[in-house]
Amino acid sequence: MKVEELYQEIILDHYRSKHHSGLREPYQAEVQHVNPTCGDEVRLRVHLVGDTVSDVSYESVGCSISQASTSVMADLVIGHDVAHGLGLYEEFLTMMQGKGQIEPNEERLEDGIAFAGVAKFPARVKCALIGWSAFRDAIIQARAQ
Amino acid sequence: MSLDGGPEYPVTTDLSDVAPGSLALVEEPIAFDVEAIRADFPILERTVGGTPLIYLDSANSSQKPRVVVEAVEDHYLNHNANVARAMHMLGAEATEAFEGARAQLAQFIGAHRSEEVVFTKNASEALNLCAYTLGASLRPGDEIVISVMEHHSNIVPWQLLAQRTGAVLRWFDVTDEGRLDLDKAVAEGLLNERTKIVSIAYVSNVLGTINPISQIAALGHAVGATVVVDASQAVPQLAVNMADLGADLVAFTGHKMVGPTGIGVLWGRYELLAALPPFLGGGEMIEVVTMAGSTYAPPPHRFEAGTPPIAQAVGLSAAAQYLSVIGMNQITAHEREITGYALEGLQSLPGVTVLGPNELVDRGGAVSFTLTAADQQPIHPHDVSHLLDSRGIAVRAGHHCARPLHERFGVQSSTRASFYLYTTRAEIDALIESLDYTIAFFGRLR
Ligand SMILES: Cc1ncc(COP(=O)(O)O)c(C=O)c1O
Repeated sequence: MKVEELYQEIILDHYRSKHHSGLREPYQAEVQHVNPTCGDEVRLRVHLVGDTVSDVSYESVGCSISQASTSVMADLVIGHDVAHGLGLYEEFLTMMQGKGQIEPNEERLEDGIAFAGVAKFPARVKCALIGWSAFRDAIIQARAQ
Repeated sequence: MSLDGGPEYPVTTDLSDVAPGSLALVEEPIAFDVEAIRADFPILERTVGGTPLIYLDSANSSQKPRVVVEAVEDHYLNHNANVARAMHMLGAEATEAFEGARAQLAQFIGAHRSEEVVFTKNASEALNLCAYTLGASLRPGDEIVISVMEHHSNIVPWQLLAQRTGAVLRWFDVTDEGRLDLDKAVAEGLLNERTKIVSIAYVSNVLGTINPISQIAALGHAVGATVVVDASQAVPQLAVNMADLGADLVAFTGHKMVGPTGIGVLWGRYELLAALPPFLGGGEMIEVVTMAGSTYAPPPHRFEAGTPPIAQAVGLSAAAQYLSVIGMNQITAHEREITGYALEGLQSLPGVTVLGPNELVDRGGAVSFTLTAADQQPIHPHDVSHLLDSRGIAVRAGHHCARPLHERFGVQSSTRASFYLYTTRAEIDALIESLDYTIAFFGRLR
């Protein structure tokens, strides 16, 4: 796969205008994740109402892959229940660790399937995962309260 | 050197009457021929997807010429044993090779005596050694001065030291052009009677700026401070002469100067080294050990606990010899020419902003920059480097272990191209063409 094919229109669209970006109140947990190799940083908040993820808000800097992936994640998890979000995290993680061999489920991952190609570039997998890992971490913290 | 009844360590060479850099080997400079030099570096023949590899990441780690690899190989295959404590033929050979490497390095950097050369594992360890040993005499309220352009290796050890001792960490700012802001420092009274340590990079690994070390050393000494220099990016590309530099302690690293990984150097004024306490404890660094206490070996061995990087020292010695034969002045001149050519090329591209000096004055061979597409949208360095990599061009993306400096320039990260004695103009042309492609690629898709 050529690198150019990695940069699908969907990814660049999300990079250009990140959905749900910005830090908002209220929130139950806030986490900060960084990738010290390339300097990507995300600060992310979650707010739960019962079992529902009522908001995910974030401030982040980084490459197109990390920014777009965080934006797609927020689209997918907000308004759904926690179990659904964590399930998507697992699916996305499996896709990323699949070295490009795993056929993603478009119905569930929606725009997230645009990142299937990233799995073929080990150096970029971390970029695609940073927002998702922050989300999972924040959920764990919010539920611990 | 003899082992029977001789001292445990061989007597090291007194270099006081050998002119620095005047290796016995070098008779007259050979003409600088980049193609001939490239032939010494087998890795440069590699291709990436059918196109030649273009390695523009030498400030990160340089490539190695065959002679360095062969020196390491020959040592392991024919002379390997532990040093100093092995009383047999191979032990003597290994010791002689190790101490010979020390003498070679001392000569390469213009040290007065080879005992002024301490082998460490890298520049980071050398700087930690400085912080630890100098820190022993710090008191709360004492001040340590660094700069905002330092590599994390010359920031974090001092932060740790300040935390341990209650000393205060202060720093030089840089001008928008990427030079140390000496005027502001004077206005702020940055250096004053509380300043005990000044530690500054000789050449910035991000901006390429060459700092006025002699001037800073004089300012530091005027207030009674000890002056430490991080010369990791300087020794590979400039003829550095410790006797003239004016610093007290100077750190650098083997792998950036065509030498092996796993070895670095701390040079120190002998009287200062002799006054410093040990750093790590262990074998080799002692005189007498009793359960009640120990006495320590004189420098340099006091600072070399445990089995040192022996084969790496042999490799580093071969590296210093290799650079000397080519001539540090010729390497500096080549690097300057290539850097000038790259700056010109970069400035011809719309959307490129160079961090640091745009002109060749006091500037080394690392150029960091940011890119924006035609729609003013920034193109992230990680995306740039990935696209370049796919075209066979190796650059570095990120904050290059200098996050505070990036913050100072208001950018999160940058792309860095860095050059060395084997870099060609054709490689710079390829870089510029690929950056042009990158700008167009991200612009078009938007
Ligand atoms: C200016 C500077 N200082 C220190 C270092 C650290 O060198 P090392 O990683 O070999 O300890 C580097 C290189 O990474 C550098 O560029």
